[in-house]
Parts: sequence; structure tokens; C-alpha cells
Amino acid sequence: MFKVQVQTADFDVGAEIARLHSGNTAIGAIASFIGLVRENNDGSNISTLTLEHYPGMTEKAIMDIIEEACRRWAICGCTVIHRVGTLNPAERIVLVLVASSHRGPAFDACEFIMDYLKTRAPFWKKEAMPGGDRWVEARESDTEAAARWQAGHG
Amino acid sequence: MAFEEVSLPTDTKCVADLVGWLHMRGDPWATQLSQSKRWRVAINQQMAGMNSPVKAGDEVAFFPPVTGG
Repeated sequence: MFKVQVQTADFDVGAEIARLHSGNTAIGAIASFIGLVRENNDGSNISTLTLEHYPGMTEKAIMDIIEEACRRWAICGCTVIHRVGTLNPAERIVLVLVASSHRGPAFDACEFIMDYLKTRAPFWKKEAMPGGDRWVEARESDTEAAARWQAGHG
Repeated sequence: MAFEEVSLPTDTKCVADLVGWLHMRGDPWATQLSQSKRWRVAINQQMAGMNSPVKAGDEVAFFPPVTGG
């Protein structure tokens, strides 16, 4: 079961995990990643974080990433939920769940999906701070994290 | 996001041709799609590159490096 959703609303992690493995007794492991809004980024306190995306492309780009993960690992199911709109510190931004028979593929695919999402899914973050707004710059470390999966890892 | 429908010269074959044509239109294209700026391109909602083919009816999007997750 593969689910990709872009939404403004929060998500229920427990309910999503239950839904992912419901009825599939071949699943022996679920790895999860949850991204949160940090209060402090690059030395500045942010008051809110606003996420924009490219409607139409976003879901497709995430599905492409999941399909690539499926070519690399034996995955029984996957859920990716990404929020857009304005979020406060400590709020959840993104959920990645990967179900597999064993923990190895689940851990690896979960990390792979996040690394690729960070560099290939069309989302952009804008931070609101007391001094004004700023668009978040892409990090070189994210590009490097995605690139190591191309260098034969996994 | 801003949208525009354009008629391109008939010899426009790939993204590089399109970017060259946009540069000739001046700003904001010349500045925003310069080599000193980092930007990405998607064709019909798929990530693409400078050599990717462009044909009539395609949806081409230019945007900064993504920062989701």
C-alpha cells in the first residue's frame, strides 16, 4: 500500500502506522521519520515556517522517489505525508513510513526517501522572524546526502 | 508562482535554447536564470536538465533548489 499526501492539516502518526500494516501479516518492520519545525535555524529564532509547493508535480515527484526505493529494496508499503502552509515551531512537517519484512530495508528506504525528498520534491520553506521573512537556502549537505545513494550505497 | 504562455522560435529544441531565448528578453529572466544563481527546471512536472527536449505544449517550470522535508 502506497500513500502520498500533501496537506495543510496535521497527521496522526499512530493512525497512519496502524493503517499501513493493517491486513498485511508479511510486514515485520516499520521505520518512521518525522520532521518538525525547529525554533532556531542558523542562529535565528523563527516565529513561523511557511511551506509552498508546486501543485501537480509534488505528489508525482514523491511517488517517483517511492518507486525508486521499491526498485532498490523489498518494501511492503509506504506512506509519505507532507504539510504545506504556515506552521509553528514544534509542529510536524513531514511523515515517512516504510514497511518491510525486515528492519534493514525499512531503515534504508526510509532514509533514502527523506534524502531524495529533500533534493527532488518541489517544496520551499520561508521563515518568518522578528526582523522579517527569508526563504530558506538549499543546503549542500542535503545534496551530498542524496548523492551518496548514487555512489553504489544501498 | 507566476504563469505565462509563450510562442518560441521554431529552432527551440531543448531547455538551453529556451533559457537563451529568455535571457534575450532581459530581466527578470537574465538575472534569475544566470549561471551565478542556482536554479532547477522541470518539464511537464518532471525534473529536467539543460539538455532536456522542449516541444510545443510543454509546461516548463523554473524554480530555486528545493527546501522541503
